Amino acid sequence: MIHEILKVQSVEKVAVTMFLLRLQSAAIAGTAKPGQFLNIRIDSGSLQPLLRRPFSISRIEGDSIELLISIAGKGTAKLSEKKAGDTIDVIGPLGNSFRIESEHTMSLLVAGGVGIAPFPFLSSELQKRGKKVAVFAGFRSASFVFTRYLDPVLIATEDGSQGRKGTVIDLLQEYVREKPIGKAKIFACGPTAMLRALTEFARREALCCEMSLEGEMACGVGLCQGCPVERIDGHPKFALTCKDGPNFFSAEIRI
Amino acid sequence: MIESVKTSWTLRGVEFKNRVFTASGTFGYGDEVRDLTDAGALGGVCTKSLSRKPRDGNPPSRIVETAGGMLNSIGLANIGVESFLRQKLPLLRELKTRIIANIAASSVEEYCEVLDMLEPESGISAYEINVSCPNVKEGGLNFGTNCRKTAEITSMLRSRTAKPLIIKLTPNVTHVSEFARAVEDAGADAVSLINTVIGMAVDVRSRKPRLSTVTGGLSGPAIKPIALAKVYETAQAVKIPIFGIGGIATVQDALEFLLVGAAAVQVGTMNFIDPNAAASIAAEMEDFFKLNGIADAQDFVGTLKADIGFSILQSWLSS
Repeated sequence: MIHEILKVQSVEKVAVTMFLLRLQSAAIAGTAKPGQFLNIRIDSGSLQPLLRRPFSISRIEGDSIELLISIAGKGTAKLSEKKAGDTIDVIGPLGNSFRIESEHTMSLLVAGGVGIAPFPFLSSELQKRGKKVAVFAGFRSASFVFTRYLDPVLIATEDGSQGRKGTVIDLLQEYVREKPIGKAKIFACGPTAMLRALTEFARREALCCEMSLEGEMACGVGLCQGCPVERIDGHPKFALTCKDGPNFFSAEIRI
Repeated sequence: MIESVKTSWTLRGVEFKNRVFTASGTFGYGDEVRDLTDAGALGGVCTKSLSRKPRDGNPPSRIVETAGGMLNSIGLANIGVESFLRQKLPLLRELKTRIIANIAASSVEEYCEVLDMLEPESGISAYEINVSCPNVKEGGLNFGTNCRKTAEITSMLRSRTAKPLIIKLTPNVTHVSEFARAVEDAGADAVSLINTVIGMAVDVRSRKPRLSTVTGGLSGPAIKPIALAKVYETAQAVKIPIFGIGGIATVQDALEFLLVGAAAVQVGTMNFIDPNAAASIAAEMEDFFKLNGIADAQDFVGTLKADIGFSILQSWLSS
């Protein structure tokens, strides 16, 4: 965990509401693991917005860290206006990582919208370990699609403007039915409704499923206790998304 | 500009190295952010509230950001005093600062029980008693808004410890100074204020409250003016020292609290944004005193020049 002021290398608009923020940090790039996140102070000179915003690390290349961010409110809108050379106050890398060393041979990466964010990093680390990867990405429509650095990738859109019309779960279901997947494991990130459907799907298909959660957070390091997620075994009743997560097995939590 | 400044001060024989502390519930048990700040730069650290048994806390959503602040409804989630003694206190003892154990309970007996369990342990310099949490059904505000009950808890605890006893007060009453006076009479060594202000946020689209408990406690820069007024009011009413709390984000904010009568300050919500905030404020406060030729920080406390404001408040308090 490091607290440092990072230089913005670039801000690139990549889809209708999404942008890629590139930051430079040898220290974070050298230690981060897939599924971890950075907690970013949008504007250090201002108390508005007050709290940091958590973003998962999308990709690392040399000293450069990429964050894929969706403009969801004033904070992220302000962030999208940063220019190369600006600085940003960052704490990270935070949280646990996806558990990629497991027995599985086939990795099914399932994303909804900006939930695609952690997958370029995850996918490259999985492939380095000789594991096969297939990405399933669902978006609202073609103008929201962003799948750079991911291959192979299957796309679903709600309106059918690109890829299959329907949900990413439909896409995954077809794939699992038609292709031999061997020893497979699901990695997922996306809206709660998608994660719920996927939890049910994984249970039905008896597949291990690990999900990256998004929670309203303040500190990102366990100080505030503000981001509880209910544990199924109840011991203790809640885990913290920031510290115990953000990556949880679907069988261990109730969302 | 002067070379050295006395920043230390004493409460019931316990010396604190300076006047900047971290507020309960905003700095964990002191070990979470060891990589990011040096607690040794602080006057002290107030622990997360400790209850007799572990508490799960409230269901999500527990926090929501509002203009210049945040609403929380954590519900005193904590590991309980036994686990604290086993797992956390050994780590806290390593910090080169004073540890103030914050206690929360749902009955007078429970307050006593927790204090009795902490009392024989080394490494705890003082107690802060939370009678003001707005987010739990039992205890908390039920005590903190009842002057007689608050005084009763204070005198019960007073009889069980010789260590400094600080009572943390809620702003969610008409005259916080009445409560301060009552606990001063009951033997408290200091008061700390303010705990969070009851607040609420709703979502128009879903027509739902933003917090699972509907209302929560507002903290952050948004509440600083309220906190300053409450500390000022209290400073007119009691002789015991006051820990000023409420929206402190900069050294300027901290100095404002000292000016209106706080002997020390606690930094809260700002720790979430910058875990090193309190340590920076402590260093900058010392610089301020040096730069302004103030040889002892105590000489700055309560030196607000406010004749008119004072008389208005006095007439309101005596009415």
